[in-house]
Amino acid sequence: MNTKTLLYIAKRVLLMILTVWIVITITFFVTRAVPGGPFAGEKAISPAAQAALEAKYGLDKPVFEQYLTYLSDIVTKFDFGPSLKQRGRQVIDIIADGMKTSAVLGVTAAFIALGVGVVLGAIAALRRNKLIDRIIMVITTAFVSMPSFIMGSLLLLTFSLWLGWFPANGNQEGGLVLPIITLALYPTAYITRLTRSSMLDVLGQDYIRTAKAKGVSGTKIIFGHALKNSLIPVITYFGPMLAYIVTGSLVVEKIFAVPGVGRDFVNSITNRDYPLIMGTTIVLAALIVVMNLVGDILYKVVDPRINLE
Amino acid sequence: MKKYIPFSMHPDLDAFIPATAEDKEYIVQMRESSTFFKDGVKRLLKNKVATVSFIVVVLITLSAIFIPMFWPYAYDQQLGISPGRPVDPSFANLEPFEYGSTEEARIEAGEKVFPHVFGTDAAGRDYFIRVVYGARISLAVGFFASIIVLVIGLIIGSVSGYVGGKVDIIIMRIVDIIYSLPDMLMVILLSAFVGTAVEKLIAGTVLEKLGANIISLFIVFALLYWVSMSRLIRGQILSLREQEYVLASKATGAKGSWVIKKHLIPNCISVVIISTALQIPSAIFTESYLSFLGLGVNAPMPSLGSLASDALNGMSSYPYRLIIPAIVISLIVLSLNLFGDGLRDAFDPKLNN
Repeated sequence: MNTKTLLYIAKRVLLMILTVWIVITITFFVTRAVPGGPFAGEKAISPAAQAALEAKYGLDKPVFEQYLTYLSDIVTKFDFGPSLKQRGRQVIDIIADGMKTSAVLGVTAAFIALGVGVVLGAIAALRRNKLIDRIIMVITTAFVSMPSFIMGSLLLLTFSLWLGWFPANGNQEGGLVLPIITLALYPTAYITRLTRSSMLDVLGQDYIRTAKAKGVSGTKIIFGHALKNSLIPVITYFGPMLAYIVTGSLVVEKIFAVPGVGRDFVNSITNRDYPLIMGTTIVLAALIVVMNLVGDILYKVVDPRINLE
Repeated sequence: MKKYIPFSMHPDLDAFIPATAEDKEYIVQMRESSTFFKDGVKRLLKNKVATVSFIVVVLITLSAIFIPMFWPYAYDQQLGISPGRPVDPSFANLEPFEYGSTEEARIEAGEKVFPHVFGTDAAGRDYFIRVVYGARISLAVGFFASIIVLVIGLIIGSVSGYVGGKVDIIIMRIVDIIYSLPDMLMVILLSAFVGTAVEKLIAGTVLEKLGANIISLFIVFALLYWVSMSRLIRGQILSLREQEYVLASKATGAKGSWVIKKHLIPNCISVVIISTALQIPSAIFTESYLSFLGLGVNAPMPSLGSLASDALNGMSSYPYRLIIPAIVISLIVLSLNLFGDGLRDAFDPKLNN
């Protein structure tokens, strides 16, 4: 890695920190913009808890001071305060609990999408305009256009209510299969299309012709030259894919009742559990921003030809 | 062949012979010259997928606009409730083409009763009109949100591209930052909170009828999604400004307004229209996603997302209530996407195939 690369990474890390800070700031001030503040009008909490919360956030102090306390609590202690609706639990504990399930869901879906997508895309490119290519393209076009919540609901309807193959509840054994498939379908379709087009592009390159002319075997050309090089654009999809999986998991966890961060987030919005909304937004946003950065750096490391701004 | 004499001042007299009828035939315009727009339409019509998608979009849009005008039931009308009488539970959860008890009595009396094509929902509301109305709301939100994005993006992008300098740098830094925010999370957060704030603001005005959530959806779109449009327009203007024909036009004394009117706008209009067309399905998608999470339109107004979300509860008994909005929304998003792609292929000649 040369200085230029390091400089680029440093710049991106700075932008990342700036983004996370902006997310925290937006979250803070948006919740304060709600008439009466985040803890008003909650009949469920006792005056003592109300006072404790107000003391915790120092709601009697000036807004800017509250903001600084909130910011420093997050940065130094990962402390997002207590949840309003789940008595006696800290927001960060709820998120950590949910993360265990959500991480399994998201990581598995991402790996399935990568594996299946690359293979299908390569097959479609190598059999260009043949029947199998047409079938793959039609199916992926349909999947790319179908919102995740529609896909999830239809899978739930078909495979757990009609066929009874999988449980409808994410808590039960095998209950994560359908949510994982739902989450993986869109990225799989997208990666398939991406791999296909970049593979077609690579197959037309001069070095492939050179390899053919030298008498390199077909398999070696495909695996050694074509596939390797056509995977580069797929790496750029790494960040967006994670963003999709995070937002997709919100609805998927709602549909299949999976006890993950996504469901916590959705429930916190319907319950108006402000600290939990703020905490989840910040954690998920930070996750997406960091993963975007990782994807971009990976992209640069894999392909040294790529010019950095 | 005539001999060619270099530096000869003698005019070639052959060039002054009147054209014969045969010569004139060469310059007869056999076909009307085609404009860019006509060419594009021709290319678009050749693309069967795009044409079919366009027809589907038009059909869905027309039915979403006109069916509620003559349909005998309203989207929020609970058929079991009539003034001065107890609630008639026989109207709730009707299967398709079933009738409530009073309606059956009317049929027996020889009256004609308009059928409930998709049955009714748990509150006794005609499901067909709810789906149609949901499609209407989804399409309207998608369309107007895209227009908002277009207007804001167009203004900021063209200012940034045309003025340049410090203004450009500042705008582009802001764009970079908004671009790096995780959009969906911000949309959810903002619509969860803006809705509450907006509710107080619009109380008692005309906007109240629209509902706070739709307004906040538009605000969120206006805040977040203009960035890619303004980036696109800025890039277009920056590259067009440096073109030789612009330089030539300026060299022959064209004013700034002429350059904008004759060169910049016609050359970037197709790109702008195409990306607006592709913005509509993504806005519809966002709206239905939010409605599914319960952050979209306010009840009793239906949206395709909230219909699907409501249907999840009674899914084992009434699966069609989930499948119908699912098909409609997939059809809308798919055909809008395919039509947008066709539009891009047909109207962006610089795009290599």
